[in-house]
Amino acid sequence: MSLFLLFVSAVLVNNFVLARFLGICPFFGVSKKVETAIGMGLAVTFVMAVAGIITWIIQYAVLDRLGVGYLQTIVFILVIAALVQFVEMVIEKVSPDLYQSLGIFLPLITTNCAILGAAIINIQSGFSFVQMLVFTIGSALGFTLALVLFSGIRERIELSDIPFYFRGLPVAFITAGILALAFMGFSGLVK
Amino acid sequence: MMIYAVMTLSVTGFLAGLGLMYASKKFHVEKDERIAEVNSMLPAANCGGCGYPGCMALAEAIVKGKAPVNACPVCSKEETKMIAAYLGLSVSASVRRIARVRCNGGCENGIEKYNYYGPRDCHSVVMLGGGNKVCTYACVGEGSCVKSCAFGAMRMGKDKIPVIAPEKCTACGACVKACPRDLITLLPEDKPIVVVCRSKDKGPDVKKACKVGCIGCKMCEKKCPVGAIDVDSFLAVIDPSVCTVCGICVEVCPTHAICDLKKTKI
Repeated sequence: MSLFLLFVSAVLVNNFVLARFLGICPFFGVSKKVETAIGMGLAVTFVMAVAGIITWIIQYAVLDRLGVGYLQTIVFILVIAALVQFVEMVIEKVSPDLYQSLGIFLPLITTNCAILGAAIINIQSGFSFVQMLVFTIGSALGFTLALVLFSGIRERIELSDIPFYFRGLPVAFITAGILALAFMGFSGLVK
Repeated sequence: MMIYAVMTLSVTGFLAGLGLMYASKKFHVEKDERIAEVNSMLPAANCGGCGYPGCMALAEAIVKGKAPVNACPVCSKEETKMIAAYLGLSVSASVRRIARVRCNGGCENGIEKYNYYGPRDCHSVVMLGGGNKVCTYACVGEGSCVKSCAFGAMRMGKDKIPVIAPEKCTACGACVKACPRDLITLLPEDKPIVVVCRSKDKGPDVKKACKVGCIGCKMCEKKCPVGAIDVDSFLAVIDPSVCTVCGICVEVCPTHAICDLKKTKI
């Protein structure tokens, strides 16, 4: 599979949120405004890319050599948690506004299954280092894309006249379902 | 084999911890402890009435001396005093302000131009042919201000003009920003005589559009004993710093556009 196809597949066809249904928590939590959605997307992109690189190296350089592959999940989580702490510190220093608007969802990237999912899919698919890079960055961009698209839609929904019992999250869930249906149109584009 | 597992985990953990230790020193953010303390004394309404994005930001500004201690419009006098005492500052006395709606052209008084069926939001109505009333300054009555009020001090009155509960109003200014027609003003509580109209149209035009609009006849301007009223482009404006609340203007106004809001509820 060429790298370009791998990238398209990660962004659109196997979109983390809308096709694999990973990382739903921030997808609903931080998608009220486009600005915060972009900030969250960038934070996730950074964590995902760095976590992908480090976990890939750890898997092949440490876990496989020592024959302790069963530690994969716990070691990966450890690495991701440390990385998220690091990103949190950097964001607090660089952009306090973004730090406040991301709020609780920033530490929650730690338990964002999209990140662990990406790291594990990298290993399971037996990607080479370059393939792994393309795949993780692609999936992170796909996550950002889904988040930004959804927040744009939600900003419009805020202004429309919605039946009382559908206001807020219910209509957001329905919208997300329709958005996922729309993304199903990409399936079959890349095998 | 078990030793490998233990070592892998502890070494990874140790390295991550070391990295974080270095990062926490490198990216250390200096925080004034007083900010959190002042923040806990603020009402935590995050209404933005002070002009800062949330109570935390105001607490920071107060501690740094960028904002006065009484910058929070929601705090009661006692709360302001507590903050001042904590920081060792003195408070200057300020008169409580409350929001006043300056239009009385509801369904009964104002004449409607068309029936509006759209998103229930004032801004949408205003965009559609200059609003649903003949008067282009009038309240359109969709209650964007009511929705913006975080303190439950506003409700929509019977004739589709918002009503403010003075005891609940904190003068945070959210409704002032929410009104597309700029009809709500923060005025001193002890000066309840208000021109309840914002129309700058000429007298005959106002009369065609509304029963209670200011027609710019200058009766109030002539009769005011202290010269607090000024009629500018067919609209009377009361200067609250000069007004003595004598009530003469309320009596002479032929269209009842000037009201004493302590006595009459609009």
